[in-house]
Amino acid sequence: MSDREITQKPYLKLRADTQARDRSLREKVMSLEEAAALVSDGDHVAIGGCTMSRTPFAMIWALIRARKSGLHCSRSITSSEGELLFASGVSEHILTSWFSQGIVWGISRIMRAYTESKRARFEEWSHMAIGLRYRAGAMGVPFLPMRAMMGSDVAGQLDNIHEMECPFTGERVVLVPALNPDIALIHVQRCDAYGNAQIDGLEFMDIDIAMAANRVILTTERIVSNDQIRRAPDQTKIPFIAVDAVVEVPYGSAPHECYGVYEPFFDHMDWYAGRMKPEAEAGIAAYLEKYIYGPADWAEFLSLLGMADLLDASRRGRSIYND
Amino acid sequence: MTEPLDYTASELLAVMSGRILVDGQTAFAGVGIPLLAAVLAQRTHAAGLTILFEGGTLGPFVVAGELPPSTNEQRCTRRANMLLSITDVLLLLQRGYVDVGFMGGAQIDRHGNLNSSFIGDPADPAVRLPGTGGGNDIASLTQMIVAMKHERRRFVEKVDFVTSPGYLDGGASREESGLVAGGMYRVVTDLAVMGFDDETRRMKVLALHPGVTAQEVRDNTGFDIDIAAEPKFTEPPTGKELGILRHLDPDRLYTA
Repeated sequence: MSDREITQKPYLKLRADTQARDRSLREKVMSLEEAAALVSDGDHVAIGGCTMSRTPFAMIWALIRARKSGLHCSRSITSSEGELLFASGVSEHILTSWFSQGIVWGISRIMRAYTESKRARFEEWSHMAIGLRYRAGAMGVPFLPMRAMMGSDVAGQLDNIHEMECPFTGERVVLVPALNPDIALIHVQRCDAYGNAQIDGLEFMDIDIAMAANRVILTTERIVSNDQIRRAPDQTKIPFIAVDAVVEVPYGSAPHECYGVYEPFFDHMDWYAGRMKPEAEAGIAAYLEKYIYGPADWAEFLSLLGMADLLDASRRGRSIYND
Repeated sequence: MTEPLDYTASELLAVMSGRILVDGQTAFAGVGIPLLAAVLAQRTHAAGLTILFEGGTLGPFVVAGELPPSTNEQRCTRRANMLLSITDVLLLLQRGYVDVGFMGGAQIDRHGNLNSSFIGDPADPAVRLPGTGGGNDIASLTQMIVAMKHERRRFVEKVDFVTSPGYLDGGASREESGLVAGGMYRVVTDLAVMGFDDETRRMKVLALHPGVTAQEVRDNTGFDIDIAAEPKFTEPPTGKELGILRHLDPDRLYTA
């Protein structure tokens, strides 16, 4: 399939798929394993959050454990979760604007190993282009115009981007096509059992992703009552009509951060980055065995991260609310 | 006479690039040296500098000792005026609210084009780099300051891949490509401060750092670079500037 076929849906198909979803106010709480079953091999999976923040890490962990394959992933910026998606064989194609664990840890050795050997593809778009692609998807329009990317080789090596003159002003603009993911994975601080989600702090591209996608899996730090949602409906950032699954997963972004709850597990991420240095592929294979396939459940994964690191990350995370 | 102060190349970069920022400006800052330099500017001559982070933060004040690992974590949001989506904060560039973009660079050429995507042939690269992030958007839509190490392998005649556009092939080629606003303003290195000729859009040295010779710049630049016969010199970093930097980054994450 071409990139165009993977990421763009014919408009009437998009509408029909949305019409076919049960959009009633119904409970949709399930386990990580049940939610993973909603993802089909070959799907375009949009990943919420950005870099090390509000990464739906537990859901990705569950997809890797379920041995998914051929997933086309997209994300604003891709960190260590992208390394695990490549190294596990779950995905050979990630559309993103930047791909490495984080600037302080240098260039990702796993991203390099997989892309340079052409075992996997890092499809690079500018950050704003990805944002406008999701937004076009959320708006139900086939493209949006923008004024960046022109003249660069980033645009030059993409085949599904188009320059034109504005029919009103004659100015040159570049058109970026809508992204309508098959499924979106989004981690939030809280939502109700129906999927009305509140997000604290930076929202990244998550609202556009949710509204653009054909299906949405929410993982949440905690499930609150629908009454609580209705007391402050202005705080609802993703509505229940767009959500297909709700999974309550405390520390569901660990070892990345969740705003106001925990910061990144820095000791673990330092150790992880160091583990990749001498021999990246052996390092990540061992990591997958021990941390992804090995644990009986998410709680056991968190136990492997360790109580000291978890408490430290929580202390730092909650400090955002200190004066 | 006071003894010259000791400082690292990264500290020199942060000081010299921070001095270029102007009080009252709105500046898009990348993480690392640009962030440090912007915060240093806030704490010296530009208390009214508004920082934007591409993660979606408008007008924060970063806490000393809690530097963020990217522009997308909660550490970026301290004392911010507003949080917005990534797409919406980047659209501020397109709408024209941003005075200056400020980032690091892996490779730059004589016309100020930046490469952060591929070393070698993009179809079969020697190194796949992390990519543009918001770099392309920022460089396309506002005046740019770039802070980077001055090395011959980084300062090349022509970049392997234009990730973030400078003046493309020079002259009016940037405007002709459709990029009607913005452009490279300054390149700050551990050796010198550079700008671009108004006509040819070629990089030229505006000032050397203390103790640096024109020959040293030429030796570390992979193309012919224009340097005045009697070049200007920057003022060395002050104890106050270095003290603030070390207070901000006590673990030397970005200034080692």
